[in-house]
Amino acid sequence: MNITQLTVHELIEKLQNKELTSTEITQSYIEQIKAKENDVKAFVTTLEEQAIGQAKEIDEKREKGEITGKYAGIPIGIKDNMCTKGIKTTCSSHMLENFIAPYNATVVEKLNKENIIDLGKLNMDEFAMGGSTEYSYFKKTANPWNLSKVPGGSSGGSAAAVAANMVPWALGSDTGGSIRQPSSFCGVVGLKPTYGLVSRYGLVAFASSLDQIGPITKDVEDAAILLNIIAGHDEKDTTSVNQEKKDYTKNLKQDIKGKKIGIPKEFFGEGINEEVKASLEKAIKTYQSLGAEIEEFSLDIAQYSLATYYIIGCAEASSNLGRFDGIRYGYRAKEFSSLKELYKKSRSEGFGAEVKRRIILGTYVLSSGYYDAYYKKAQQVRTLVMQEFEKGFKKYDVILTPTSPTVAFDIGSKSNNPLEMYLSDICTVSVNIAGLPGISIPCGVDKQGMPIGMQLIGNKFEEEKILNIAYAFEKETKFRENYQPQFIQK
Amino acid sequence: MSEYEIVIGLEVHAELSTKTKIFCSCPTSFGAEPNTHTCPICMAMPGTLPVLNEKVVEYAVKAGLATNCEISRNSKNDRKNYFYPDLPKSYQISQFDKPLCEHGYVEIDTEEGKKKIRLLRIHIEEDAGKLNHDEFGGGSLVDLNRAGVPLIEIVSEPDLRSSQEVEQYLRKLKSILEYIEVSDCKMQEGSLRADVNVSVRKKGETKFGTRTEMKNMNSFRSIVRAIEYEANRQIDVLEDGGKIEQETLRWDEVSGKTFSMRDKEDAQDYRYFPDPDLVAIKLSDEYIENIKNGLPELPESRKKRYLEEYKLTEKDANIISSSKYLADLFEEATKICNNPKAVNNWIISDISRILNETEMEPIEIPFDSNQLGKLVILIDKGTISSSIAKKVLVELFENPRDPEEIIKEKGWIQISDEGAIKEVVLKVLSENPQSVSDYKAGKDKALGFLVGQAMKQTKGQANPQMLNKMFIEEIKRI
Repeated sequence: MNITQLTVHELIEKLQNKELTSTEITQSYIEQIKAKENDVKAFVTTLEEQAIGQAKEIDEKREKGEITGKYAGIPIGIKDNMCTKGIKTTCSSHMLENFIAPYNATVVEKLNKENIIDLGKLNMDEFAMGGSTEYSYFKKTANPWNLSKVPGGSSGGSAAAVAANMVPWALGSDTGGSIRQPSSFCGVVGLKPTYGLVSRYGLVAFASSLDQIGPITKDVEDAAILLNIIAGHDEKDTTSVNQEKKDYTKNLKQDIKGKKIGIPKEFFGEGINEEVKASLEKAIKTYQSLGAEIEEFSLDIAQYSLATYYIIGCAEASSNLGRFDGIRYGYRAKEFSSLKELYKKSRSEGFGAEVKRRIILGTYVLSSGYYDAYYKKAQQVRTLVMQEFEKGFKKYDVILTPTSPTVAFDIGSKSNNPLEMYLSDICTVSVNIAGLPGISIPCGVDKQGMPIGMQLIGNKFEEEKILNIAYAFEKETKFRENYQPQFIQK
Repeated sequence: MSEYEIVIGLEVHAELSTKTKIFCSCPTSFGAEPNTHTCPICMAMPGTLPVLNEKVVEYAVKAGLATNCEISRNSKNDRKNYFYPDLPKSYQISQFDKPLCEHGYVEIDTEEGKKKIRLLRIHIEEDAGKLNHDEFGGGSLVDLNRAGVPLIEIVSEPDLRSSQEVEQYLRKLKSILEYIEVSDCKMQEGSLRADVNVSVRKKGETKFGTRTEMKNMNSFRSIVRAIEYEANRQIDVLEDGGKIEQETLRWDEVSGKTFSMRDKEDAQDYRYFPDPDLVAIKLSDEYIENIKNGLPELPESRKKRYLEEYKLTEKDANIISSSKYLADLFEEATKICNNPKAVNNWIISDISRILNETEMEPIEIPFDSNQLGKLVILIDKGTISSSIAKKVLVELFENPRDPEEIIKEKGWIQISDEGAIKEVVLKVLSENPQSVSDYKAGKDKALGFLVGQAMKQTKGQANPQMLNKMFIEEIKRI
């Protein structure tokens, strides 16, 4: 049995019937990290010793009956923009290279409560800004399917680590596609929950009205399980919604016969790679064969989503990242002769080019004289996007699109062309703009063997529906049984 | 000078007296060791989020209702972005285009009668921290205890026309905020401070002149002086054919002058936008109605009542109603002794004098209305003389307790026993034959001297009316 190839629901079963101990599971992952980290470079911080210590303790407690929780002793990886008490939280930035938070993010608290073991902090684009994880200050993570390709981003470390079996599952964050796009590139499952379902407390903010934490997993069932653990109202985050807790695994395996799937034709037009298109068309046929009703429709407004996203996202970022000023924590320039110079140098030296680009963009669109033309207009378009989706969900249970217009691209091929990089988010950003849940699941590979992702979008707080419809596809097509990452060297 | 008119508008910041800060649960109390009233939220650690303190909304709505404002059913928080080391998030959470309260007014008394000073708005926001200069020469140190302390900003229309009106307006505002108990308004601690906008124009002119702003003024005296200085300066500039520059000025208390801050980058662009971390503030009619019903009686109404019910003079009614504490003291003590005139006199003269001398605020008066009421009863019953009562009052300020206990303990009970009084009178008469003949010769003053001597010998405890009467009788017999 290769432990690291098992899904979490399989691990849970084996822990419960005592086929495996937490120590054995954790040890296997540590060995896999040791074997693959040099190639994949998914981690900013690894916590091997601490993890093994915890695993042993949990096994002992379980033996004595002091711990009965289902998930106790399962390891996880956490994107490095979620605060972990006593452990560095860097956001893959020079600015926070040595930052150690004195508190846990609410999601981390929730994992701790379940005795889930943190294996380490995962690499990302600096402050979650980017689509390839090349903008990390520390290292460029490689795609486990082909090491010369990017893993996508910004949660590239999380997606690559799950694909490479270095963690059984991981947490990512998604502001414009940062969970779904890397999940698509790495052939794993990534879910961005409805805005407000998961607390953002302790997630280092990029764009507060768009950011959402979510699971990156090997299969759909694991995504539902992890969502069960992290979802829920948090009084520390007033944007988190107070509603009754759901069990997302409950209706997971239901028949999807008669479910209505809408296909927005704008997402299959220009700029979408032919192989991606072909794979999606095949997936649609699969759904038809499963008894779902398919209908094409127009989501015209979506073409404005990308511009809207970059205005709102950058505006909020420019304000959110102001606190990194070299005064209280984080990077401070070594030499300065005035307060102004302290600010200028600390921020110029502490932030990378993409972060600075977005701060400048955001500052510009909020400036007096431009606010109405950009920020205000973007908010108006945002309302229209929401309304268009609302109309769609009156007719359809879910909306199906590609996750990204392409498969994973070569490292270095887009990192100097921000506009082209931004286009990689074109299929995912509308979902954040409208605050909806979206899941990416693998639906095939291209000729080079690189995974292709399919995105299912649901109405607000209808995670159950997209999980159910994703599960049916996964069960039918058995992607994981047919394809595995090959770690192809350049 | 007289052909010019001064135009003044104020932005008053009042710290709200909530127990905890506006977006976290740190205490708001003043004077703690630097950075001990802080947490990851008010220090703006990465990933932390603000949660709006509901009390802050309630207090601001109270202030709005007490100043005749319309209360917004839909309001929100906005970010005001700028960099400064005392502002940890690099933005202040404030309110931009949808303040909680709008279009109110405060009434002041002027020589020409009552005048309404219109309020443009009242909004909630957070205070910044404080920079302390390092005594050891190592630059500045940041204290974030005050960061996140809730404020309301009360913005007036430019309706004020003199420094006197400004002082009246500020005193009125302060008294209202104290009455509704939303701010302790301690100006020395900076919990009430004002940005003062001043411009001048020729009388009859309808357009406003260019204004200058003096920020963070926190005493009535300096505000009055600064306005007078600045208005005169502007008039001089205009008279010399110059132009007023719109700028922020610094008032220097020592030289009594204003100085340009010379910060040309002051034309800041704050890039206001709605704070995405906070949900909209939605208030129901019922919520507002409840707060309205819970408002205490305000100074204006109390003053009216004092004029009508207790027949106080306009001046006395003004002084007593201006402070909630004095007003409560007056009403409660009157309930006990049923002698409003006497209570009024005590408050207006002796109590006010002691407050002035000791620089105490009415709220710091150590004794209660019960003790003041009893003091008045003791005088009315003739148990003590008014001169003893003054000594009792001093005791009440020093070590407040039951006045009856005080006079017993000190042996201050008034001597009203006829035999005892007679004894003293005869003694004083025999010791002062000159005064006796003076009195007989028609010098009435001599009687006062004799009574004074008798008081001295009885340590002020003899009943003065009885002394008077008995001296006259006994002198007749000589």
